Amino acid sequence: MVQFRPNRFPGKLIIVEGIDGSGKSTQLSLLSRWLRSNRLVVSFSEWNSSSLVRDSTRQGKKKQLFTPTTFSLVHATDFADRLERRIRPMLEAGAIVCADRYAYTAFARDVARGVNREWVRNLYRVAIQPDLAFYFRVPLEVALNRILGGRAALKYYEAGMDLRLSKDIRESFALFQGRILEEYDAMAEEMGFHVIDATGSIQEQQKQVREIVIDRFGDSLERDILHIREDW
Amino acid sequence: MTRRTDVLDFYEHPLPGVDISDLTGKLIVIEGPDSVGRTTQVQMLRGWLEERGYAVVDTGMAQSALTKEGIQAAKSGHTLGPLTMGMFYMADFADRLENTIIPALRAGFVVLTDRYFYSVIARAVARHQDLEWMEGVAGFALVPHIVFYLRASVEEVLARVVRGKLYFDYWESGMDVPYGKDRYESFMGYQSKLIEVLDSMSAQYGFCTVDANRLPKPIFKELKKAIEPILAD
Repeated sequence: MVQFRPNRFPGKLIIVEGIDGSGKSTQLSLLSRWLRSNRLVVSFSEWNSSSLVRDSTRQGKKKQLFTPTTFSLVHATDFADRLERRIRPMLEAGAIVCADRYAYTAFARDVARGVNREWVRNLYRVAIQPDLAFYFRVPLEVALNRILGGRAALKYYEAGMDLRLSKDIRESFALFQGRILEEYDAMAEEMGFHVIDATGSIQEQQKQVREIVIDRFGDSLERDILHIREDW
Repeated sequence: MTRRTDVLDFYEHPLPGVDISDLTGKLIVIEGPDSVGRTTQVQMLRGWLEERGYAVVDTGMAQSALTKEGIQAAKSGHTLGPLTMGMFYMADFADRLENTIIPALRAGFVVLTDRYFYSVIARAVARHQDLEWMEGVAGFALVPHIVFYLRASVEEVLARVVRGKLYFDYWESGMDVPYGKDRYESFMGYQSKLIEVLDSMSAQYGFCTVDANRLPKPIFKELKKAIEPILAD
C-alpha cells in the first residue's frame, strides 16, 4: 500500500491516469472547463512539465542517456518541483488542482521498465493523496489505433525502445504499453481509482466524471473552494 | 556492513539491468562537510595510487552528464525547493553510479569519489526532509569498500571558508532554509546541522571517521594506511 501524505488543505486534488491514447487529457480538460465555468479556481499540472528539469530531460532523451533508474529519478525531480511550486501551494490556497498523470504513472511505467516496485513507491511517498483519481481504461488495441493512426513519429523512450523488446518501434510501443496497462489494471483497486470505460463516447465519459465529482465533493465545492470573483 | 573487501553489493535494491558480479575495482568514498579538504585528499590519493600502478577514476557531486547543467541553472536562480534539490542530487548520483562508477569498477579501476549519497541525504535532512525516506531512495547504491568521513568542527569549517573563499555561498549557508537572520548565522546553523546528520549516519553506514581539524599531510597518511589492506585484497 502506498502512503502518500494526506491532503489537509482546503483545495481538492483531482488526477487522471491511463495509457497513451486513453483520452484522459481530453477528459481532464473538459472537466476543468466545466469547473471554471462554475467560477471555481482551477490550477493545472501536467506530468513532465517543470521548466527546472526540462534541460536534463531533453538531454537525456536526445542523447539516450537514461537508465531505468535515472529515468525514474529525473521524472520524480520534475514531480517534486511541480509539487513544491504549484500543487501544494495551490491546494493550500484553496484551488482545485487538476493533474494530468500523477505518481501512478511512475508506478506503472517505471515498473514496466524493470524498476523495483517498492523502491518507486517509496520514492513518491512525499506526494499528496489525491481526492479523486480517475483511471481511463481502454483495451490496448483501441489505444494503439488512436495513437498509431493519428501520429507518425513515436519517440524512443515513449516506445520503450530502451528495453529492447523489439527492433521495430511500433511493435516495441505496443509491447511496452501492454505492460503498462497490466500495471495500471493491477493497482486500480488498491489505489481506489474510479475506473472509466474509455471506449465510450467522450460526452458519456465526461458525464460520468462530472457526476463522480459532484458526488464526491458535493457542497464543499461551494463552501471550501476558492471562487473567481463574480464582478471579473 | 561496509569495510567489506571481498565483493560489492547494493544497500537495498539491485539496479535494474545492471550486473555487478564482475566488478573487480575498489570503491573508495571521501565524505565530509564543505571546505574540509576532501578534494585535496582525492588529488593526493590519486597521485599515490597511480604511482603504485593503480588506474584511478575520480568523480564528484553534480558532475553527471545528465544533470550537471540543470542543477547549476536551478541553483543560480535560487528557485530550487528542498524536495526538488534532494531528488535532483539523487538523480545526479544515480547517473554517476551507473555511467561512471560501475563501468570503472568493471574495468578494475580504483574509484575515488568526492562525496557519495550520504551528503545528498545530509543536505536534504538539513532542509527538513525525511531521513528514512531518503535512505530508501538511495537503496540502489553500492556499498563502498570504505567510506572516509573527514570530520571537522563547525569552527574549523568556518575558518577555512573565511580564509579560502572569502565569501559565504548562498547554498552552503543554507539560506534557502534559512538557519539565521544573516549569512554568517545561517552558515553556522546549517553547517552544524550537516555535521550532526553525518555524525548520526556514521555508525549505521560504518564510516571511518578521520579527524580533519588537522593539516592535509597527517590526514593523507591515515587514509593511505587504511586503504593499503583494501588494495592487497
